[in-house]
Amino acid sequence: MRNGTVLRTRDLSIGYRRPRRAPAVIASDLSFSLRPGELVCLLGPNGAGKSTLMRTLARLQPPLSGQIWLDDRPLDSLRPGQLARRLSIVLTDRVDVGAMSGYGLVSLGRHPYTGWTGTLEEQDQQIIQWALQAVRAKDLADRLTIEMSDGERQKVLIARALAQQPRVMLLDEPTAFLDLPRRVEVMDLLRQLASENGQAILLSTHDLDLALRNADRLWLLSADGELFDGAPEDLILNGAFERVFSAEGVTFDRERGSFHTRQEASGRLRLEGDGVAAFWTQRSLERIGYAVAREGENGDFASYASNLHPAHSVNGAVTVCMQDGSPIYMLDIEGRKQSFATLNALTTYLRRGGARGEADAKADKDLYARR
Amino acid sequence: MLAGLALLALAAFMLSLAVGSVRIPLDEIVAVLLGGDASKPAWATIVLKFRLPKALTAMLAGAALSVSGLQMQTLFRNPLAGPFVLGISSGASLGVALTVLLAGVAVGLGGSTTLLAGISLAGDTSLALSAIIGSGLVLLLVMSVARRVQSGMTLLILGLMFGYTTSALVSVLIYFSVVERIQAYISWTFGTFGGVTWRQLQVMAPAILLGLAGGHLLMKPLNALLLGETYAQSLGLNVRRVRLGIIGSSAILAGVVTAFCGPIGFLGIAVPHLCRSLLHTSDHRLLLPAVSFMGATLALGADIVAGLPGSQLTLPLNAVTALLGAPVVIWVILRQRNLRQAFAG
Repeated sequence: MRNGTVLRTRDLSIGYRRPRRAPAVIASDLSFSLRPGELVCLLGPNGAGKSTLMRTLARLQPPLSGQIWLDDRPLDSLRPGQLARRLSIVLTDRVDVGAMSGYGLVSLGRHPYTGWTGTLEEQDQQIIQWALQAVRAKDLADRLTIEMSDGERQKVLIARALAQQPRVMLLDEPTAFLDLPRRVEVMDLLRQLASENGQAILLSTHDLDLALRNADRLWLLSADGELFDGAPEDLILNGAFERVFSAEGVTFDRERGSFHTRQEASGRLRLEGDGVAAFWTQRSLERIGYAVAREGENGDFASYASNLHPAHSVNGAVTVCMQDGSPIYMLDIEGRKQSFATLNALTTYLRRGGARGEADAKADKDLYARR
Repeated sequence: MLAGLALLALAAFMLSLAVGSVRIPLDEIVAVLLGGDASKPAWATIVLKFRLPKALTAMLAGAALSVSGLQMQTLFRNPLAGPFVLGISSGASLGVALTVLLAGVAVGLGGSTTLLAGISLAGDTSLALSAIIGSGLVLLLVMSVARRVQSGMTLLILGLMFGYTTSALVSVLIYFSVVERIQAYISWTFGTFGGVTWRQLQVMAPAILLGLAGGHLLMKPLNALLLGETYAQSLGLNVRRVRLGIIGSSAILAGVVTAFCGPIGFLGIAVPHLCRSLLHTSDHRLLLPAVSFMGATLALGADIVAGLPGSQLTLPLNAVTALLGAPVVIWVILRQRNLRQAFAG
């Protein structure tokens, strides 16, 4: 089964049926598949229908048309208990289970396997322990869920989903309320779960960077209902990101795999130097709107330099050099040299119209002189 | 812990047989219960004819209202839910008012004695039935709206509005009714465990035991519902069926109690909170039996207090449950930092 598919769809149409009106179609003609052991990230702008797709795959809402197979069986032919043993979910909603320990919460995942009283057998207890171990949350077993941090609770909820021993796990924005280190941790955890246990994991996220680094595949769902399916790198190279996220004022930077707001460059600066200091110098200069060319790049400007307004262009250079182990930033505009100890000082100077200001002041002076 | 609560309920049961306008020694009560004779023949009569049915009614009613309250709080994920708050008791009141008062109107206008005879014949059952129908209809109405609105606060306001609507309808009925009927209805609203006869218990006890059994059968789905309906569904729960089961057993419990004992407030809200705080759990496998015992104990306690032992006076039962129950609810809310945690206990 490892090379087979565990979940696949054909000509799937998702959306909402409305009384006395045509259904609201969110996406149609979706044909895709999930393989065991695979981590797939679903990305797309708000309102594209990520949650609707997840809900449809989890049979929480019916598809408008098309087929979904889970384990080579039509999804709608599975009884609720059978479905719960194959597919589990983690939702964005905060759960409030009251006075319940982490262990108790994870044990709810054994629901599809226990009898009418929900009594846990020896095997159930082992699986709960295994699930807690798998998310590295053994220490949370005896803690009350109301006393847990968001990150801890999320781990326990993932363990709960694991305790269902599913073939497929669907997670709706599992990193939404977490701080950055916790996001990295949860994402890393999910990737390992997929590869170690052979679960197929589909998660929706807005966390582009983490998705690019961890996902085996990405699904990009565009606002007009088109789904782009491929390895993260393929989708960067073939322009799918631009297609899906093309919006007013935002561009996708293929080189960095990130979005930034499109703004008119205030000028061009050549950057000399290397290492970490040079990297962050470039970031800070770009942040305040300069197009930056790095040494050895044949003067190629970053992709958004095309918006550079010629009238504003100032050709200058920033050199990063190390002095006693700390960087010094030298600014050179038309021969006027100035050095700064911090990037804050450099950018503050530039933002105040420093570079352009110098040029303008010089022009003014020339004007006076002629009079 | 559960055994302790059960013992507490048993103690309250024996105490309620012992105290009242006449104090009867415990060993005499045990003798009477075991079928023997008491040293005073009157004591046997008092215990068997008055105190035993009253104590049994109180236990059943207390357990029923508490289980119903717990079910509603979990189903609606709302700490302030309960049979009374969501208007189930109001629905039952309207059902009973329609039976008691409208029959009176029909009798008063038409002078039809056959109708009156018919009602008194079917008496116990029809009163219970009208209360069940009344409470069931209100619950279904609440549920159908609940499926459309997501906010629990909206539901509470809705229950309040049902309460106003039903009491308005009852006012209209009272306005056109005859005095004896009105009096019968008003004294019904005070609530009492003492009005239930052995014959009525034959209807009430099976209905409540059925509702309690149904409620306990739902312990696993109720636990799943702690996660919310979406998660519950993903765990293989047929949410619609479970919801109907919960509503069904809850309506039977609250409806039957309200029919025979009147609309008894507070127990349904207060007991689940009390048990969550005491047991530090939200596991229904523990909570359901716990609230049953605790509800029985508190109902017996309220009845003992209402009887003002040693005097010939009695207080309206509802006054006592509210006087005991309101401080409990206040204590639970103040003890916690906010309502969400109050739910957690």
